[in-house]
Amino acid sequence: MLSVSGEDLTRGARVSFGGIVKEVSLAYCPEARVGDHVIVHVGFAISRVDEDEARKIFETLKELGETP
Amino acid sequence: MRFLDEYRDAAGAKALAAEIRRAVTRPWTLMEVCGGQTHAIVRFGLDALLPAELTLAHGPGCPVCVTPLETIDRALAVASRPGVIFCSFGDMLRVPGSRDDLLRVKARGGDVRIVYSPLDALALAEKNPGREVVFFAVGFETTAPANAMAVFQAARRGVKNFSALVSHVTVPPAIAAIMSALDNTVQAFLAAGHVCAVMGTREYEPLARKFRVPIVVTGFEPLDILDGVLRCVRQLESGRAEVENSYARAVRPEGNERARQVLADVFEVVDRNWRGIGPIARSGLALQPAYADFDAEKRFRVEGIRVVESPECRAGLVLRGRLKPSECPAFGTSCTPERPLGATMVSSEGACAAYWRYRRDGAAHA
Repeated sequence: MLSVSGEDLTRGARVSFGGIVKEVSLAYCPEARVGDHVIVHVGFAISRVDEDEARKIFETLKELGETP
Repeated sequence: MRFLDEYRDAAGAKALAAEIRRAVTRPWTLMEVCGGQTHAIVRFGLDALLPAELTLAHGPGCPVCVTPLETIDRALAVASRPGVIFCSFGDMLRVPGSRDDLLRVKARGGDVRIVYSPLDALALAEKNPGREVVFFAVGFETTAPANAMAVFQAARRGVKNFSALVSHVTVPPAIAAIMSALDNTVQAFLAAGHVCAVMGTREYEPLARKFRVPIVVTGFEPLDILDGVLRCVRQLESGRAEVENSYARAVRPEGNERARQVLADVFEVVDRNWRGIGPIARSGLALQPAYADFDAEKRFRVEGIRVVESPECRAGLVLRGRLKPSECPAFGTSCTPERPLGATMVSSEGACAAYWRYRRDGAAHA
Protein backbone atom coordinates (compact mmCIF):
# COMPACT_ATOMS: atom_id res chain seq x y z
CA MET A 1 0.00 0.00 0.00
CA LEU A 2 1.44 3.35 -1.09
CA SER A 3 -0.93 5.86 0.52
CA VAL A 4 -4.23 6.08 2.37
CA SER A 5 -7.10 8.58 2.17
CA GLY A 6 -10.69 9.02 3.38
CA GLU A 7 -12.48 7.78 6.47
CA ASP A 8 -14.42 4.70 7.52
CA LEU A 9 -16.47 3.26 4.63
CA THR A 10 -14.85 5.51 2.07
CA ARG A 11 -11.32 4.91 3.36
CA GLY A 12 -9.16 3.83 0.46
CA ALA A 13 -5.60 3.23 -0.55
CA ARG A 14 -3.42 3.44 -3.60
CA VAL A 15 -2.02 -0.05 -3.98
CA SER A 16 0.80 -1.10 -6.28
CA PHE A 17 0.33 -4.49 -7.98
CA GLY A 18 3.87 -5.12 -9.13
CA GLY A 19 4.05 -1.55 -10.44
CA ILE A 20 0.47 -1.05 -11.61
CA VAL A 21 -1.23 1.29 -9.15
CA LYS A 22 -4.96 1.01 -8.41
CA GLU A 23 -7.41 2.59 -5.99
CA VAL A 24 -8.61 0.04 -3.45
CA SER A 25 -11.34 0.33 -0.81
CA LEU A 26 -10.24 -0.28 2.78
CA ALA A 27 -13.83 -0.50 4.07
CA TYR A 28 -13.13 -4.11 5.09
CA CYS A 29 -9.51 -3.65 6.10
CA PRO A 30 -9.49 -0.69 8.49
CA GLU A 31 -6.33 -1.99 10.18
CA ALA A 32 -4.21 -1.79 7.01
CA ARG A 33 -1.41 0.80 6.98
CA VAL A 34 0.94 2.22 4.35
CA GLY A 35 3.59 -0.40 3.60
CA ASP A 36 1.31 -3.36 4.38
CA HIS A 37 0.54 -5.99 1.79
CA VAL A 38 -3.16 -6.67 1.29
CA ILE A 39 -5.18 -9.26 -0.61
CA VAL A 40 -7.41 -7.36 -3.03
CA HIS A 41 -10.54 -8.68 -4.69
CA VAL A 42 -12.75 -6.61 -7.05
CA GLY A 43 -11.40 -3.35 -5.68
CA PHE A 44 -11.64 -4.24 -2.00
CA ALA A 45 -8.87 -5.20 0.39
CA ILE A 46 -10.23 -8.31 2.12
CA SER A 47 -7.22 -9.31 4.21
CA ARG A 48 -3.88 -7.97 5.40
CA VAL A 49 -1.01 -10.36 4.68
CA ASP A 50 0.51 -11.69 7.92
CA GLU A 51 4.24 -11.69 7.21
CA ASP A 52 5.11 -14.15 10.00
CA GLU A 53 2.61 -16.66 8.64
CA ALA A 54 3.87 -15.98 5.12
CA ARG A 55 7.35 -17.18 6.08
CA LYS A 56 6.20 -20.53 7.47
CA ILE A 57 6.13 -22.47 4.22
CA PHE A 58 9.77 -21.54 3.64
CA GLU A 59 10.67 -22.82 7.10
CA THR A 60 8.92 -26.10 6.20
CA LEU A 61 10.91 -26.24 2.98
CA LYS A 62 14.12 -25.68 4.92
CA GLU A 63 13.22 -28.65 7.10
CA LEU A 64 12.72 -30.65 3.92
CA GLY A 65 16.25 -29.64 2.93
CA GLU A 66 15.25 -27.03 0.36
CA THR A 67 16.41 -23.42 0.45
CA PRO A 68 14.54 -21.56 -2.26
CA MET B 1 5.72 -9.18 -6.87
CA ARG B 2 6.14 -9.99 -3.17
CA PHE B 3 4.09 -12.88 -1.80
CA LEU B 4 3.65 -14.14 -5.35
CA ASP B 5 6.98 -14.85 -6.99
CA GLU B 6 8.50 -16.71 -4.05
CA TYR B 7 5.45 -18.99 -3.98
CA ARG B 8 6.17 -19.99 -7.56
CA ASP B 9 9.66 -21.26 -6.79
CA ALA B 10 10.35 -24.40 -8.84
CA ALA B 11 12.78 -26.01 -6.39
CA GLY B 12 10.33 -25.52 -3.53
CA ALA B 13 7.53 -27.01 -5.63
CA LYS B 14 9.65 -30.06 -6.43
CA ALA B 15 10.56 -30.52 -2.76
CA LEU B 16 6.89 -30.42 -1.74
CA ALA B 17 5.98 -32.80 -4.56
CA ALA B 18 8.68 -35.22 -3.37
CA GLU B 19 7.28 -35.00 0.17
CA ILE B 20 3.80 -35.74 -1.20
CA ARG B 21 5.16 -38.80 -3.01
CA ARG B 22 6.74 -40.02 0.23
CA ALA B 23 3.46 -39.54 2.11
CA VAL B 24 1.19 -41.34 -0.38
CA THR B 25 0.66 -45.09 -0.04
CA ARG B 26 -2.65 -45.55 -1.90
CA PRO B 27 -5.05 -43.81 -4.28
CA TRP B 28 -6.87 -40.68 -3.11
CA THR B 29 -9.15 -38.17 -4.83
CA LEU B 30 -8.91 -34.53 -3.78
CA MET B 31 -11.07 -31.69 -5.02
CA GLU B 32 -9.89 -28.12 -5.32
CA VAL B 33 -13.01 -26.06 -4.79
CA CYS B 34 -11.98 -22.83 -6.42
CA GLY B 35 -11.64 -22.13 -10.14
CA GLY B 36 -8.63 -19.91 -9.41
CA GLN B 37 -6.89 -22.96 -7.99
CA THR B 38 -7.90 -25.06 -11.02
CA HIS B 39 -6.28 -22.48 -13.28
CA ALA B 40 -3.05 -22.48 -11.24
CA ILE B 41 -2.94 -26.30 -11.27
CA VAL B 42 -3.40 -26.49 -15.04
CA ARG B 43 -1.22 -23.47 -15.83
CA PHE B 44 1.77 -24.61 -13.76
CA GLY B 45 1.23 -28.31 -14.49
CA LEU B 46 1.04 -29.09 -10.78
CA ASP B 47 -1.02 -32.24 -11.37
CA ALA B 48 1.88 -33.62 -13.42
CA LEU B 49 4.16 -33.30 -10.34
CA LEU B 50 1.86 -35.46 -8.24
CA PRO B 51 2.13 -39.24 -7.90
CA ALA B 52 -0.21 -41.35 -10.02
CA GLU B 53 -2.18 -42.36 -6.91
CA LEU B 54 -3.52 -38.82 -6.50
CA THR B 55 -6.42 -37.50 -8.55
CA LEU B 56 -7.30 -33.80 -8.48
CA ALA B 57 -10.97 -33.30 -9.30
CA HIS B 58 -11.83 -29.76 -10.35
CA GLY B 59 -14.63 -28.26 -8.29
CA PRO B 60 -17.62 -25.95 -8.79
CA GLY B 61 -15.89 -22.76 -7.60
CA CYS B 62 -16.33 -20.71 -10.72
CA PRO B 63 -19.07 -18.17 -9.97
CA VAL B 64 -19.71 -17.23 -13.56
CA CYS B 65 -20.04 -20.92 -14.49
CA VAL B 66 -22.68 -21.73 -11.89
CA THR B 67 -24.82 -18.62 -12.39
CA PRO B 68 -28.18 -20.06 -13.50
CA LEU B 69 -29.09 -19.83 -17.16
CA GLU B 70 -32.32 -18.00 -16.33
CA THR B 71 -30.35 -15.37 -14.40
CA ILE B 72 -28.21 -14.84 -17.50
CA ASP B 73 -31.39 -14.50 -19.58
CA ARG B 74 -32.78 -11.99 -17.07
CA ALA B 75 -29.51 -10.04 -17.28
CA LEU B 76 -29.77 -10.00 -21.07
CA ALA B 77 -33.35 -8.75 -20.85
CA VAL B 78 -32.37 -5.92 -18.49
CA ALA B 79 -29.24 -5.01 -20.48
CA SER B 80 -31.35 -4.73 -23.66
CA ARG B 81 -33.62 -2.07 -22.15
CA PRO B 82 -33.15 1.45 -23.53
CA GLY B 83 -31.78 3.82 -20.88
CA VAL B 84 -30.05 1.09 -18.90
CA ILE B 85 -26.31 1.02 -18.26
CA PHE B 86 -25.58 -2.62 -17.50
CA CYS B 87 -22.36 -3.19 -15.54
CA SER B 88 -20.66 -6.54 -15.19
CA PHE B 89 -17.34 -8.17 -14.47
CA GLY B 90 -15.62 -8.89 -17.77
CA ASP B 91 -15.82 -12.66 -17.88
CA MET B 92 -19.62 -12.63 -17.79
CA LEU B 93 -19.86 -11.02 -21.23
CA ARG B 94 -19.42 -14.12 -23.34
CA VAL B 95 -21.33 -16.48 -21.07
CA PRO B 96 -24.07 -17.98 -23.21
CA GLY B 97 -27.68 -17.43 -22.25
CA SER B 98 -30.37 -19.49 -24.01
CA ARG B 99 -30.00 -17.58 -27.25
CA ASP B 100 -27.67 -14.66 -26.65
CA ASP B 101 -24.87 -13.22 -24.56
CA LEU B 102 -24.04 -9.77 -23.15
CA LEU B 103 -21.43 -9.12 -25.81
CA ARG B 104 -24.04 -9.51 -28.55
CA VAL B 105 -26.48 -7.28 -26.66
CA LYS B 106 -23.67 -4.70 -26.57
CA ALA B 107 -23.00 -5.14 -30.29
CA ARG B 108 -26.68 -4.42 -30.97
CA GLY B 109 -26.40 -1.12 -29.10
CA GLY B 110 -27.04 -2.12 -25.51
CA ASP B 111 -25.00 -0.06 -23.05
CA VAL B 112 -23.06 -2.92 -21.43
CA ARG B 113 -19.94 -1.90 -19.51
CA ILE B 114 -17.18 -3.90 -17.87
CA VAL B 115 -16.36 -2.72 -14.37
CA TYR B 116 -13.45 -3.67 -12.15
CA SER B 117 -15.33 -3.06 -8.90
CA PRO B 118 -19.01 -2.74 -7.97
CA LEU B 119 -18.16 0.71 -6.63
CA ASP B 120 -17.39 1.74 -10.23
CA ALA B 121 -21.00 0.89 -11.10
CA LEU B 122 -22.26 2.94 -8.17
CA ALA B 123 -20.09 5.88 -9.26
CA LEU B 124 -21.55 5.58 -12.79
CA ALA B 125 -25.05 5.78 -11.32
CA GLU B 126 -24.19 8.94 -9.41
CA LYS B 127 -22.66 10.47 -12.54
CA ASN B 128 -25.65 9.56 -14.74
CA PRO B 129 -28.76 10.39 -12.69
CA GLY B 130 -30.96 10.18 -15.79
CA ARG B 131 -29.99 6.58 -16.50
CA GLU B 132 -30.73 3.30 -14.72
CA VAL B 133 -27.45 1.65 -13.73
CA VAL B 134 -27.66 -2.08 -13.04
CA PHE B 135 -24.82 -4.12 -11.59
CA PHE B 136 -24.64 -7.87 -12.20
CA ALA B 137 -23.77 -9.11 -8.71
CA VAL B 138 -22.48 -12.65 -8.97
CA GLY B 139 -19.76 -14.45 -7.08
CA PHE B 140 -18.89 -16.46 -4.02
CA GLU B 141 -18.30 -15.12 -0.51
CA THR B 142 -15.13 -13.39 -1.74
CA THR B 143 -17.03 -11.06 -4.05
CA ALA B 144 -20.28 -10.79 -2.12
CA PRO B 145 -18.97 -8.29 0.49
CA ALA B 146 -17.83 -5.89 -2.24
CA ASN B 147 -21.21 -6.13 -3.95
CA ALA B 148 -23.00 -5.79 -0.61
CA MET B 149 -21.01 -2.62 0.08
CA ALA B 150 -22.13 -1.07 -3.22
CA VAL B 151 -25.79 -1.68 -2.30
CA PHE B 152 -25.19 -0.55 1.29
CA GLN B 153 -23.65 2.72 0.12
CA ALA B 154 -26.33 3.25 -2.53
CA ALA B 155 -28.97 2.96 0.20
CA ARG B 156 -27.07 5.31 2.53
CA ARG B 157 -26.52 7.92 -0.15
CA GLY B 158 -30.00 7.55 -1.65
CA VAL B 159 -28.80 6.60 -5.14
CA LYS B 160 -32.18 5.71 -6.61
CA ASN B 161 -31.05 4.86 -10.15
CA PHE B 162 -28.77 2.03 -8.96
CA SER B 163 -29.83 -1.59 -8.64
CA ALA B 164 -28.23 -5.01 -8.57
CA LEU B 165 -29.10 -8.28 -10.27
CA VAL B 166 -28.01 -10.61 -7.48
CA SER B 167 -27.08 -14.26 -7.82
CA HIS B 168 -24.51 -15.03 -5.16
CA VAL B 169 -23.54 -18.53 -4.11
CA THR B 170 -21.73 -19.95 -1.08
CA VAL B 171 -19.19 -22.76 -0.76
CA PRO B 172 -20.15 -24.86 2.30
CA PRO B 173 -23.54 -26.03 0.96
CA ALA B 174 -21.81 -27.02 -2.30
CA ILE B 175 -19.30 -29.15 -0.36
CA ALA B 176 -22.19 -30.79 1.47
CA ALA B 177 -23.97 -31.44 -1.85
CA ILE B 178 -20.86 -33.00 -3.39
CA MET B 179 -20.26 -35.22 -0.35
CA SER B 180 -23.94 -36.25 -0.25
CA ALA B 181 -24.06 -37.36 -3.89
CA LEU B 182 -24.36 -41.15 -4.17
CA ASP B 183 -21.64 -41.29 -6.82
CA ASN B 184 -19.23 -39.05 -4.93
CA THR B 185 -15.55 -39.94 -5.19
CA VAL B 186 -14.03 -36.90 -3.41
CA GLN B 187 -12.14 -37.76 -0.22
CA ALA B 188 -10.62 -34.39 0.72
CA PHE B 189 -11.04 -30.73 -0.17
CA LEU B 190 -8.69 -27.86 -0.84
CA ALA B 191 -10.99 -25.09 0.42
CA ALA B 192 -10.90 -21.73 -1.34
CA GLY B 193 -8.46 -19.42 0.44
CA HIS B 194 -10.06 -16.11 -0.44
CA VAL B 195 -13.56 -17.27 0.44
CA CYS B 196 -12.16 -18.20 3.85
CA ALA B 197 -10.35 -14.85 4.15
CA VAL B 198 -13.87 -13.40 4.33
CA MET B 199 -15.82 -16.15 6.08
CA GLY B 200 -13.15 -17.71 8.27
CA THR B 201 -12.68 -21.42 8.79
CA ARG B 202 -15.22 -22.31 11.48
CA GLU B 203 -18.17 -23.10 9.22
CA TYR B 204 -16.09 -25.94 7.74
CA GLU B 205 -15.67 -27.76 11.08
CA PRO B 206 -19.17 -29.33 11.05
CA LEU B 207 -18.66 -30.40 7.42
CA ALA B 208 -15.34 -32.10 8.17
CA ARG B 209 -16.97 -33.91 11.11
CA LYS B 210 -20.23 -34.86 9.42
CA PHE B 211 -18.67 -36.21 6.22
CA ARG B 212 -15.39 -37.34 7.82
CA VAL B 213 -13.51 -35.38 5.17
CA PRO B 214 -10.27 -33.40 5.50
CA ILE B 215 -10.71 -29.75 4.50
CA VAL B 216 -7.54 -27.73 4.03
CA VAL B 217 -7.87 -24.00 3.42
CA THR B 218 -5.48 -23.39 0.55
CA GLY B 219 -4.02 -20.45 -1.37
CA PHE B 220 -3.54 -20.00 -5.08
CA GLU B 221 0.16 -20.16 -5.89
CA PRO B 222 1.99 -23.39 -6.72
CA LEU B 223 3.61 -23.78 -3.27
CA ASP B 224 0.27 -23.02 -1.60
CA ILE B 225 -1.54 -25.66 -3.61
CA LEU B 226 1.13 -28.30 -3.11
CA ASP B 227 1.18 -27.58 0.63
CA GLY B 228 -2.61 -27.95 0.67
CA VAL B 229 -2.33 -31.28 -1.16
CA LEU B 230 0.39 -32.48 1.24
CA ARG B 231 -1.73 -31.63 4.28
CA CYS B 232 -4.76 -33.41 2.77
CA VAL B 233 -2.68 -36.50 2.02
CA ARG B 234 -1.18 -36.62 5.52
CA GLN B 235 -4.69 -36.44 7.01
CA LEU B 236 -6.05 -39.12 4.68
CA GLU B 237 -3.10 -41.45 5.27
CA SER B 238 -3.45 -41.12 9.05
CA GLY B 239 -7.25 -41.37 9.06
CA ARG B 240 -7.87 -37.82 10.27
CA ALA B 241 -10.64 -35.52 9.01
CA GLU B 242 -9.92 -32.00 10.22
CA VAL B 243 -10.03 -28.41 9.10
CA GLU B 244 -6.51 -27.12 8.54
CA ASN B 245 -5.35 -23.72 7.41
CA SER B 246 -2.52 -23.74 4.89
CA TYR B 247 -3.20 -20.11 3.92
CA ALA B 248 -2.75 -18.48 7.32
CA ARG B 249 -0.99 -15.46 5.82
CA ALA B 250 -4.42 -14.33 4.58
CA VAL B 251 -7.00 -16.37 6.51
CA ARG B 252 -7.89 -15.96 10.20
CA PRO B 253 -10.25 -18.44 11.88
CA GLU B 254 -12.87 -15.72 12.37
CA GLY B 255 -12.51 -14.38 8.82
CA ASN B 256 -13.15 -10.73 8.10
CA GLU B 257 -15.74 -9.68 10.67
CA ARG B 258 -16.55 -6.33 9.09
CA ALA B 259 -17.22 -7.96 5.75
CA ARG B 260 -19.39 -10.62 7.37
CA GLN B 261 -21.41 -7.94 9.15
CA VAL B 262 -22.20 -6.06 5.95
CA LEU B 263 -22.96 -9.35 4.18
CA ALA B 264 -25.50 -10.25 6.86
CA ASP B 265 -27.01 -6.78 6.74
CA VAL B 266 -27.52 -6.68 2.97
CA PHE B 267 -28.05 -10.33 2.01
CA GLU B 268 -30.18 -13.21 3.23
CA VAL B 269 -29.57 -16.91 2.69
CA VAL B 270 -31.81 -18.46 0.01
CA ASP B 271 -32.04 -21.68 -1.99
CA ARG B 272 -30.14 -21.38 -5.27
CA ASN B 273 -30.13 -23.25 -8.55
CA TRP B 274 -26.56 -23.84 -9.78
CA ARG B 275 -26.06 -23.98 -13.53
CA GLY B 276 -25.12 -27.50 -14.55
CA ILE B 277 -25.54 -28.82 -11.02
CA GLY B 278 -29.12 -28.09 -9.97
CA PRO B 279 -30.74 -26.69 -6.86
CA ILE B 280 -28.78 -26.63 -3.59
CA ALA B 281 -30.69 -25.68 -0.44
CA ARG B 282 -29.58 -22.51 1.35
CA SER B 283 -26.62 -22.08 -0.99
CA GLY B 284 -27.37 -18.59 -2.28
CA LEU B 285 -27.43 -15.01 -1.13
CA ALA B 286 -30.14 -12.59 -2.20
CA LEU B 287 -30.99 -9.04 -1.13
CA GLN B 288 -32.69 -8.68 2.25
CA PRO B 289 -36.27 -7.34 2.04
CA ALA B 290 -34.98 -4.02 3.45
CA TYR B 291 -33.00 -3.58 0.23
CA ALA B 292 -35.77 -4.72 -2.14
CA ASP B 293 -35.75 -1.27 -3.80
CA PHE B 294 -32.30 -2.11 -5.16
CA ASP B 295 -33.34 -5.46 -6.61
CA ALA B 296 -33.03 -5.22 -10.41
CA GLU B 297 -35.18 -8.34 -10.93
CA LYS B 298 -38.08 -6.57 -9.23
CA ARG B 299 -37.38 -3.14 -10.72
CA PHE B 300 -37.34 -4.46 -14.29
CA ARG B 301 -39.91 -7.22 -13.72
CA VAL B 302 -37.79 -10.02 -15.12
CA GLU B 303 -38.56 -12.54 -12.37
CA GLY B 304 -40.98 -14.29 -14.72
CA ILE B 305 -38.20 -15.32 -17.14
CA ARG B 306 -37.72 -19.06 -16.65
CA VAL B 307 -35.74 -21.37 -18.91
CA VAL B 308 -34.41 -24.92 -18.98
CA GLU B 309 -30.78 -25.79 -19.65
CA SER B 310 -29.77 -27.57 -22.84
CA PRO B 311 -28.55 -31.14 -22.27
CA GLU B 312 -25.81 -30.74 -24.91
CA CYS B 313 -23.31 -29.05 -22.57
CA ARG B 314 -21.72 -31.35 -20.01
CA ALA B 315 -20.42 -28.50 -17.83
CA GLY B 316 -22.37 -29.92 -14.89
CA LEU B 317 -20.17 -33.01 -14.85
CA VAL B 318 -17.08 -30.81 -15.13
CA LEU B 319 -18.29 -28.62 -12.27
CA ARG B 320 -18.78 -31.66 -10.05
CA GLY B 321 -15.34 -33.01 -10.86
CA ARG B 322 -16.77 -36.02 -12.72
CA LEU B 323 -15.45 -35.14 -16.17
CA LYS B 324 -12.17 -33.51 -17.19
CA PRO B 325 -12.71 -30.84 -19.84
CA SER B 326 -10.44 -32.75 -22.24
CA GLU B 327 -12.71 -35.81 -21.90
CA CYS B 328 -15.77 -33.92 -23.14
CA PRO B 329 -16.63 -34.76 -26.76
CA ALA B 330 -17.57 -31.13 -27.42
CA PHE B 331 -14.27 -29.71 -26.08
CA GLY B 332 -12.45 -27.84 -28.83
CA THR B 333 -14.88 -29.09 -31.49
CA SER B 334 -18.44 -27.86 -31.06
CA CYS B 335 -17.38 -25.85 -27.98
CA THR B 336 -14.64 -23.18 -28.10
CA PRO B 337 -14.24 -19.78 -26.39
CA GLU B 338 -15.60 -18.14 -29.55
CA ARG B 339 -18.66 -20.42 -29.65
CA PRO B 340 -19.04 -21.78 -26.12
CA LEU B 341 -21.71 -24.30 -25.18
CA GLY B 342 -21.29 -23.54 -21.50
CA ALA B 343 -19.93 -20.93 -19.17
CA THR B 344 -16.98 -23.10 -18.09
CA MET B 345 -15.40 -22.43 -21.49
CA VAL B 346 -15.40 -18.62 -21.19
CA SER B 347 -15.05 -17.74 -17.53
CA SER B 348 -11.59 -16.76 -16.27
CA GLU B 349 -12.11 -19.37 -13.56
CA GLY B 350 -13.76 -22.03 -15.71
CA ALA B 351 -12.06 -25.42 -15.94
CA CYS B 352 -12.72 -25.77 -19.68
CA ALA B 353 -11.17 -22.34 -20.26
CA ALA B 354 -8.08 -23.43 -18.30
CA TYR B 355 -7.66 -26.57 -20.43
CA TRP B 356 -8.24 -24.56 -23.60
CA ARG B 357 -5.65 -21.99 -22.64
CA TYR B 358 -2.89 -24.17 -21.25
CA ARG B 359 -3.57 -27.67 -22.50
CA ARG B 360 -5.32 -27.55 -25.83
CA ASP B 361 -3.46 -30.63 -27.02
CA GLY B 362 -3.93 -32.22 -23.59
CA ALA B 363 -6.37 -34.85 -24.80
CA ALA B 364 -3.80 -36.18 -27.25
CA HIS B 365 -1.07 -36.45 -24.61
CA ALA B 366 -3.10 -37.40 -21.54
